[in-house]
Parts: sequence; structure tokens; C-alpha cells
Amino acid sequence: MKYFGLIWKNTWRKKVRTSLTILSVLVAFLLFALLNALGYAFRAGEDVSSAERLVVIHKISLINPLPISYEARIASTPGVAAVTHASWFGGYYQEPRNQFAQFAVDMTAYFALYPELIIPPEQLEAAAKNRIGTVVGHELAEKFGWKIGDRIPIQATIWTKADGGRTWELDLEGIMRSNDPRGSTAFMLFNHDYFEEARAFGKGTAGWYVLQIAPGADPVEVANAIDAQFANSPNETKTSTEAAFAASFAKQFGNIALIVQLILGAVFFTLLLVAGNTMSQSVRERIPELAVLKTVGFRDITVLGIVLSESILIISLGGILGLGIGWFLVQGVSQQMGASLPGIYLSPQAMLMATGIMIGAGILAGLFPALKAMRLSIVDALARG
Amino acid sequence: MAETLATLQGVSRVYQKGKERVDVLHELDLEINTGDFLALMGPSGSGKTTLLNLLGGLDKPTAGTVNVGGAILSSMSNSQLSNWRATHVGFIFQFYNLLPVLTARKNVELPLLLTNMSAKERSRRAEIALDIVGLADRASHRPRELSGGQEQRVAIARAIVSDPQLLLCDEPTGDLDRATADEILKLLQTLNAEHGKTIIMVTHDAQAADYARRTLHMDKGKLEARTTA
Amino acid sequence: MKFLNQAIAVTLLNLRNLPQRAGGSVVAVVGVAAVVLVFAAVLSMATGFERTMLLAGSDDTAIVLRSGSTAELNSGLSNDQALIIANAPGILRDGDSPVASFELYVVVDVAKRSTGDQANVPLRGVQAFAIDLRHNVKISEGRMFEEGKNELVVGRAAQSEFAGLDIGNEIRFGQTSWTVVGTFEADGSVSESELWTDLRVLQAMYNRGSSVQSVRVRLLTPESIKELSDALADDPRVDVDVLSEKDYYAGQAGPLSQFIKIVGYPLTILMAIGAVFGALNSMYASVSVRGKEIATLRALGFGPFSVLISTIVESTLLSLIGGIIGGALAFAVFNGFRVSTLNGASFSQVVFDFAVTPDLLAQGLLAALIIGLVGGLFPAIHAARLPVAQALREL
Repeated sequence: MKYFGLIWKNTWRKKVRTSLTILSVLVAFLLFALLNALGYAFRAGEDVSSAERLVVIHKISLINPLPISYEARIASTPGVAAVTHASWFGGYYQEPRNQFAQFAVDMTAYFALYPELIIPPEQLEAAAKNRIGTVVGHELAEKFGWKIGDRIPIQATIWTKADGGRTWELDLEGIMRSNDPRGSTAFMLFNHDYFEEARAFGKGTAGWYVLQIAPGADPVEVANAIDAQFANSPNETKTSTEAAFAASFAKQFGNIALIVQLILGAVFFTLLLVAGNTMSQSVRERIPELAVLKTVGFRDITVLGIVLSESILIISLGGILGLGIGWFLVQGVSQQMGASLPGIYLSPQAMLMATGIMIGAGILAGLFPALKAMRLSIVDALARG
Repeated sequence: MAETLATLQGVSRVYQKGKERVDVLHELDLEINTGDFLALMGPSGSGKTTLLNLLGGLDKPTAGTVNVGGAILSSMSNSQLSNWRATHVGFIFQFYNLLPVLTARKNVELPLLLTNMSAKERSRRAEIALDIVGLADRASHRPRELSGGQEQRVAIARAIVSDPQLLLCDEPTGDLDRATADEILKLLQTLNAEHGKTIIMVTHDAQAADYARRTLHMDKGKLEARTTA
Repeated sequence: MKFLNQAIAVTLLNLRNLPQRAGGSVVAVVGVAAVVLVFAAVLSMATGFERTMLLAGSDDTAIVLRSGSTAELNSGLSNDQALIIANAPGILRDGDSPVASFELYVVVDVAKRSTGDQANVPLRGVQAFAIDLRHNVKISEGRMFEEGKNELVVGRAAQSEFAGLDIGNEIRFGQTSWTVVGTFEADGSVSESELWTDLRVLQAMYNRGSSVQSVRVRLLTPESIKELSDALADDPRVDVDVLSEKDYYAGQAGPLSQFIKIVGYPLTILMAIGAVFGALNSMYASVSVRGKEIATLRALGFGPFSVLISTIVESTLLSLIGGIIGGALAFAVFNGFRVSTLNGASFSQVVFDFAVTPDLLAQGLLAALIIGLVGGLFPAIHAARLPVAQALREL
């Protein structure tokens, strides 16, 4: 630490150059933060999924519905503590571009199974009691300006009503939020009873089942037991943990993650080059000074450390600023656009990784100049002065 | 009889420049007593600076031994030499070689960073050293804001701040006008007489050499027999 | 003119010295190359995806869906409704029968070849006219499926991307087993991502009775679509949307390609800003290395303007070299790079190739040019203003 003053002063020897280098590092880490947050959204909230909840879907595909009679049979499987069902509605509000997720559910059972969803008990009760009651996430309520008591018409793209209509009118009874900052609630829940009664086709089915396993039960065993029960029936099931389900869904986006990594690779390669060039320019310019340090008795390793610290300092300054700006932007985006871009989040892991990259890149960029400084022959260097 | 501070025995230094061998020093013997103020004179390329570098542990001989205050520099490792330089020797150069980004006080403090001294103690010692060279009022100035003579005084303060026994000066007045040079040389004399520093000074300037207690002449890598008292 | 000659002379002198400052120049070049590479790579995804989607659509084919459904997957029509649609006016007839195909569009889980992860692959039940209705589809290997049998023909892109779809393979979906009997190609359009089978077989497997999801018809002329949609709008027995195939696929492509562009352009702008900082740095370094040369030239009587021009030319030239390298690299690495991703609009996988088009490359070079001009300007002004006497003394 006693060398910090010297390192700090040397860092700012050429203010323009150092500032420009810091700015380009800043941009690199800003990109890192933004792309990471976006990548998080693509992973569809894997991290917030529970390992104690299992999802039961049709073996052929998620879009095939399962008979509603399965609920009782799943409930009676050993190791199952609670089960409920949900169905994809796929509608929009006013215009097709206002698309968000709607699920037909059993309100009480659904909220019991998802304790991370926070809703005032009286609102939940009202939503369950009103046949056409609905609960939406606060992101949606904010985006569309909905208040409790509003009647919200949702246009169906799949589920026409038995009377031929495509508009489903729902009464907003409750607004939910997640107790996890990473969790998104940009979706709408309404009563399965109403859905079942009013839809023109598909009666007697549900999209999928979600279940809570009993304490101590092995999720793999429970999943196997459920799938075995329905094997060789026309509607075979595929049961997995919610986390695995979310992961497999995210993987459908395929090589996108790889492409993001390629971009970051290109960005950081360039960054290293820019910072490395700055460091070697800076070392080249003060070879006589470094020789003086050695003459005075600084050991080779200390000189190496001083040059490396300078490089790490420059990258860290830019990196911390970039991450900071990125963090604010991500916060802003998730508050402003939570409804259209749910799940955007800058995780602590990403921040930690960025810090590691800062130090690593600092060392890499400074290494060759620092080695050069370390190996400097005092006699030659002074002769040049 | 004064005690011996430095002994050089059979010291040779050969540089390899491409295919060419350059004999800079050739089987040189020299004794320097504690408290001496020695001027080294001689034409360019006679080996003065090389001799100085060997005495300061900046360079190692190709053959022979260099003993300074009981330390055999010729057989020490680079990092041992670094540690030794930090406490035993101070350097003064023709072009001062101050760090432009630091103030005078911070420049002087530099060698003390290598010790375990507290920041306060370092600062106090730097002030004392600056006081000795007569620059206490310029402590917060940067090298760019000082005159050549003042810069050299700061460099001298830096050389003495860790209280080394030996001061090695390479053309300390080479870049200064006559009057300023005389002031610097008087300062060196004071350091020698009052603070007991042993000083070895390489110079081209016969008038500068007059300030020393004795003068050695070098030519082609050897000491000449004549000395000037 | 003297003025211009001066500028040319100083610029040439400057460029001749360029190799001596190689270190900094390489950094500027690589920085710009990275920007253009990333720009072209990201946006080639959007262009490739759009091309795949738009190639599938022609304007003399119409697709009829239940009103309000945004995609085939959401639609549903009874067999009676489908028959009414097929026999409406404006549709080309082949002898007695209309050129139409009733189709069922579902997704099945198939593993990706590369990772083994399950993906939503579209499985389409079609009728005999399906191939004639699509201008670019033809069986390229094997044969068409036989009606009434559990047989599949698979798109060439799907075959390359998903496991177990080689001709002769058996593949299980739920309780039923299918045999792959042929491969079809469709000029790289989205159809190639699909698996096809006989409509009746698929209806049975999915318990759909005789219902279908869409009716595809060949129009007499592209303008006949008005006649068809008017006739169907007036018919109380059906409630449908009529779209030209072209418009339908454009709508399906919209959200994803827009998303890529919304991410891609700001990404490029940010990176370009970073590259400008890099370029500024190397140009300032270049000016400081040239300080003595510039001062000497000025002392000889060259004007500040020629120094300014020479610096801007250097920076722009370096940027353009970077742009060309980045563009060439993007073309070499990404053009034709095949990926498959989930298209949210159809909830199924689309296989497409990245397309690094000349238009994208031109945009990338334009970005490089701008970076070079901006990155050179301030150092150039600095160079032109260097005080001659001081620069001569310092160096």
C-alpha cells in the first residue's frame, strides 16, 4: 500500500492517454454487464426455479394437453405433497404486440404452491371467488395502467369461447409481485373454472401440472413414479424438476449464448490489446525512471509489481465504472420494461466474474511491459538517459 | 590510519558487443578508505562509469572481487544487491533522474519506501535530508518547477536520506553552470567533512576534481600511477 | 492548389513512416476490425433469419387461419369449414379440385444433433397439393410419404440440425413410431426446418378428429386474395383471416429479427465508441512520435492544414483497413453459419444460416470510416497546433 501513491501518480502521468484507455475499458465492461443481464433473461429464470417443484408435461410436447383426471392420480403418488394445474392461454391485450403470458389456474392452489409470489390475502380471496377474477404481476399493471376493479378484455388467439367470441373479459382483483429481486411476475392468472366452462374445445384437459414433493422425498424417484403411472397410455408424461424444465426450455434458443460469448471474446481481446499497448508505451517512456528505482535499491520483483499494479489499476477503474453504469442501466430497464423484457438481471456471480476478468486482464495487459521493466539492465537504461 | 571501506582486487569487466570484445576494465586494484572524497578523471570510454557502477552494485565484474564495507558485491545475487543498495549506497547522476510525477519530498522519500518506516517517519527524514541540501522550502515542488541546481540537490537529498556510508556521483555537475556547480560541489564537501560520507565522483572537470581530497586518473581500463592529492 | 499539394506531400511522408509506429497502429486496426466483425456477425443473424422466413412466402399462395390466431399453431378449423374455404372463389383449380392443402401444425420434441437438448421441432400434416403449393419445395432424396402410413419426409435443414432424421431411421413420438422416407429442400426457406407427414395420420395421432389448423390455397392471381377474403368474410359459416403466405411469414419473422436489431445496433454503437477511444489513443501517440517531424516540416514552411489532413488520412486509412479485415473475417466465419433457435412467434424451431450481405458489409465500412474520422480529428487539431519552436527544442 505504501507504493500506492507512486502507482497512482504514474497512472496519471499522461492524463489523456490514461483517460482514453479507461474509457475503452469502461465500454467493454458496460457491454459485459448488459450482455450478461440479457443472457440471464434468456436463461428464463433457471436460478429462481425450485428444485422441490416438479413439472409434468405431455411426453410428445409441451403444447399437448393432459387429461384433467391426471391431477388426482398425481396427487395420490407417494412423495407428492401438493399438486395443481395450469394452462397456456396465449392471448393479447388490445393489440397483438401487447403479448404476455396468461395462465388458467386454480388460484388458491397455485399461490399455495408458489410461496415466492406475494399477494395480499384478501385480494387472492376476491380473485378466487369472482368467476372472472384475475391477478396480474405489478409489471403489467404498471405498463398498462391497470387498477384493481378494472375490467380487462383479453383477445384469444387459440381459445375461442363456446359462443364463438374471442374476447375474454376479466376483472382485476389482485396484483402480485415476487419476493425475489430476480423473479419476474410479468404474467396474468385467471380461474380455470371459467376457462373450462367457456372454452369451445379442449374441455377436460390442462396444459401441465406442477407439484411440490413431500419433505425428504427424492425428486427423481417421484418423477419416475409419475411417468411410470402413465406409461403406455395415449397421454404419456415427462416429469422434471422446475429448474431442469426451465433449463431445457432456455436451451431451445440454442447457440445464442455461444454467439454472445463470441462477441464478448472479441470485445475483451480488443480491450487487452488497447490496455497492453498503453502499458507498453508508458513503460517505454520511463525506462530511465524505472532504472532509478532499481538503482535506489528497489528489487526486480517490486518493479514488476509496481508496473502490474498500474495496469490492474487502469483496468479496474474502467471496469468498475463500466459495471456501475451497466448496473444502473439494467435496473432502469428492468423497472421500465419489466413487462416486455422480463428476467433481465445482473447477477452477483456476473459481477464477481467481471472482477476476476479485471484482475486477469490487468495482469495480462501489464505482464510483458512489466517483465521488460523487471529485466531492465540498470547500466544500459541509465546510459540512455 | 583510516580504515578501508572498499577494496577492488584484480577486477576486469569485459562487454561483448556482437562479435567484438570490449575490455572496459583490466585487472584493476583499488582501495578506498572510509571518509575519502575521491575524484575519478579520464577520457570518455576509460571505464570511469563502469568502475562506479561496480562499486555501487549496479554491475558485476567479469573477474576479480569487489568488497564494499565487508560485502562481497561480486558474488551477490541481483536481489541481494538490491537490498544492499537500499541501505549502503546513494547515487547522484548527471541528469538528476528524478521522477517527474512526484514532488521533491516524495522523490526523496523513495528509498525509504523499501524500509519498514512509518509514513510520518519517512516524511520527517525526507524533510531533514532536504534541509541538509538547503531545499526545505521547495519540498512540495515538482522537478519541472525547479532549476537544474535545485533538481540536483533533491537528487543528493534522495541519495543521503537512507544514511548510506557511500555516495557515488556520475558527473554530478556536468549539466550545470559554473556557479551552480560550485555550490553543489561545496555541498558534497560538507557531506564528506561534516557528515562523514565517503564520496566517489566521476568527472571531466578539473575544477570539480579540485574539491576532492584526491584524484585518480583512468585510461583504457587502468588506473594511472599519478594521483593528485 | 499549393495548399493541396502540401497536404498530399505531408500525407505521403506520414504514411511512409507508418511502419515505424506499427504497435499503436495495429491496436487501432484491431479495434475497428472487432467492431465491424461483431456488427456484421450479429446483424447477419437477423438478415439470415429474415431471408429464411421470407423465402418461404409467395404472394400467389394464401393461408387461411381461424380469425384472431396469430400463428398456425394457435389456429383451428373444422373439416367442414376447411371445405368451404377450399371451394371459395379466387382459388386455382386443377380439373375439378381446388389447389389446396389442409394442414395441421404441431410440435414434437426432437434432440438437437449438436447438444442432445430437446427442441420443439415443427411437424406438419399435409395433403397431396402441399408440394405444388410451395414453389420451391421438392423431394431431393428418397421419396414422398405414402398416404395413411406413419412415414415422414424431413426438411434438409431439420435433418442436418436434429438427431435421428436420416432416411431409413425410425423415430418415436409418444406411442407411435415413424419411418423417415425422404428429404425435401426448399431453397433454405423456413419449410426446410419442418417434418411433414400425411394429414390423416397426424390427426389420428393427436386425437384431432378431422379438424385442421390452416388451409393453404393457390390463388388465380396475387390480386385474387381480395376476392377470396371478401367471399369468406361474407360467409356466416366461417370466421377466418386470409393472408398471403408472404405477409404471414413476414409477420412470423418480425419479432425475432426486430429483437436482434434492437440488441445489435446499440451494441455496435457502444463498441464503436470504445473503438473511437482506442483510435484516439493511438493517433495521439502517433502525433507525439511525429512531433519532431511535424515541427521540422512547419519550420520549413508547411502549413498547419497539411499536418491536419495527414493525420486524419492516417487515422481513416487505418480504420478502413480494420473495417475490411473485420468484414472479411465476418464473411469467412459467419456467412452460412447454421443455427437453430426457437422462434417465439411460432413456438417452434427455425433453422437458418447467417447471411453476411454486401449491404451489411457496406454499413460496417461506413462505421469504420466514421470511427476513423472521429478518432483522427482531435489528434489532428492537436498536431496542427503544436508550437513549432517548443517541439523542436524538446526533441
